[in-house]
Amino acid sequence: MQFQFAQQGLTWHDTYFLAEGLLNTLELAASATVVGTIGGVVLGWVRTVSVTARVATTPIVDILRSVPMIIQLILANSFLSLAGFSTSPFIFGTVALGAWMAAVTAEVVRAGLLSVPPQYGKSARSLGMNRRQELVYISLPLAFRTALAPWINLVLSLIKDSALAGVIGYVDYMRATQTLITRTHETWVLLLGAGFLYFIICYPVSKYSRRLERKIAV
Amino acid sequence: MIEIRSVRKTFGPLEVLKGISLDVNKGELLCLIGASGSGKSTLLQCINGLEPIQGGEIIVDGVSVHDPKTNINTLRRKLGIVFQQYNAFPHLTALENVALAPRVVAKRSRSDARALAQKHLDHVGLGAKAGSLPSKLSGGQQQRLAIARALAMEPTYMLFDEVTSALDPELVGEVLETMRLLKAEGMTMVVVTHDISFARESADRVAFLHQGEVCEIGTAAEVIDRPQQPQTQKFLRRERQASLDMLERTVA
Repeated sequence: MQFQFAQQGLTWHDTYFLAEGLLNTLELAASATVVGTIGGVVLGWVRTVSVTARVATTPIVDILRSVPMIIQLILANSFLSLAGFSTSPFIFGTVALGAWMAAVTAEVVRAGLLSVPPQYGKSARSLGMNRRQELVYISLPLAFRTALAPWINLVLSLIKDSALAGVIGYVDYMRATQTLITRTHETWVLLLGAGFLYFIICYPVSKYSRRLERKIAV
Repeated sequence: MIEIRSVRKTFGPLEVLKGISLDVNKGELLCLIGASGSGKSTLLQCINGLEPIQGGEIIVDGVSVHDPKTNINTLRRKLGIVFQQYNAFPHLTALENVALAPRVVAKRSRSDARALAQKHLDHVGLGAKAGSLPSKLSGGQQQRLAIARALAMEPTYMLFDEVTSALDPELVGEVLETMRLLKAEGMTMVVVTHDISFARESADRVAFLHQGEVCEIGTAAEVIDRPQQPQTQKFLRRERQASLDMLERTVA
C-alpha cells in the first residue's frame, strides 16, 4: 500500500477556511476599535480635565503604548490562564487590542481637546451651557476635527496588529494563512494574498477618512 | 438692576479690582472706559460669573452671582455677553450658532429655535448669511453674529467687552450700528470700550476706571467733556492724541 503524505496543494475548499479567517479578522478589528475608541475618549477626557487622573493613568498608558503588541498578548494570555480566567480568544483579543487602542486613542483625544481654543468654551458657558453641554456640542466636535486623521492612523495600526491575535489561538486571516502555508508550502501565493487583503481592508478606511475630513472642514 | 458692591478681584498677588461699587439701572447704557489693565474687562466677566471674585458681591435682579447656591447657568441666560475675539463656533453655520443655546439650554424645540435664530440674524442684518460657516464671514459679521447669538437667549442685560477692538477700522461702524439699534430698543447695556466718541454719543452714563477703582462716574457730558479728576483728564488727552495719530496714519 502506497503511503501518502497529508500534504496537499491548495483546493477551492480552502477559500472557505480563509473567508472564515477574514470574517474573524474583521470582527476582531471592529470590536477592538469600538471598545478602544469609547474607552479612549473617556480616558482622554479624564486625562485632560484632571491632573490626578493623568498622573494615576500615565504608567498604564505608557506601558500599553511602549511594549510590543505580541509580547502584551502572550504575557497577558499566560498570566490570565495561570490566574484561572478562561475566555474565548475573541473576547480576549478584543480586550487586549482594545486596551492598546484605548491608551493610544486617549492621547489623540487629549491633544484634540487641548487644541480647542478656550474662548469657545467660555462663549458656550456664557450662553448658560453647563460643562457637559459645552463638551458635547462644542469641545468634542472641534476636537474630533483635529483628532480624526491621527485616530484613523490608529485604526489602521489596529487592523494590522489584529494579525497577531493568532498567538492567543484566534484564527484570524493571518493565522488561517499560516495554517495553509504549513500544509501546502504555497508561501508566496498565500502571503501575497494576505498582504493584498489587509490592503483591501485598510484602503477604504483611509479613503473614507479623507472624504470625511473634507466634509467637516471648518 | 445690577448692583456691584465693593468687589475685589485678585490674580495671584495682583489686585485687579480694589473694591468697586456701582449700579447699572434698567434701560441704561453704561460705558466703562479706562486704560488697559484698569480692570474694566475683568469687571465685566465677573458680572456673569466667568471670573470668581475674592470679596464683595454682585447682585443681578436680586440674585447674588457668586453665591455657591446660585444656579449660574440659569442666571447667565439673563446676561448676554459679547467678547473682543470673535468666537462664533467655527463648526456651526450662522443659524446653528444662534439656535444652539435656545435649543439645549432654553429647551426649545428644534424648529422653534431655528425660527428664533433666523429672527435674530435678520435683526442684526445677517439674515442672508444663515447658512454660512463663520470662516466665510468678515470680522464685523462675526461680531454681529455673536451679538445675535447672545440676544437669542433673550437676556435682560447685554455686556460688551471691547467688541470693536479686534476689528479692522472699516468694519467697526456696522457693529456700533447694531449696538445703537439695541440701545434704541431699550436694552440695558454695559459696554467696555476704547471708543470715546461712541461713549460720548451713546452712553447714558460713563464710568472711568483707574487702577481697579471707579475714579469718576457720571453722564457722558460730565465725564468726557468736563472731567474733574486729573487721571480722567490725562487719560482722555492721551486717547484723543491716539485717535488723531491713527487718523493721520490712515490719511497718510
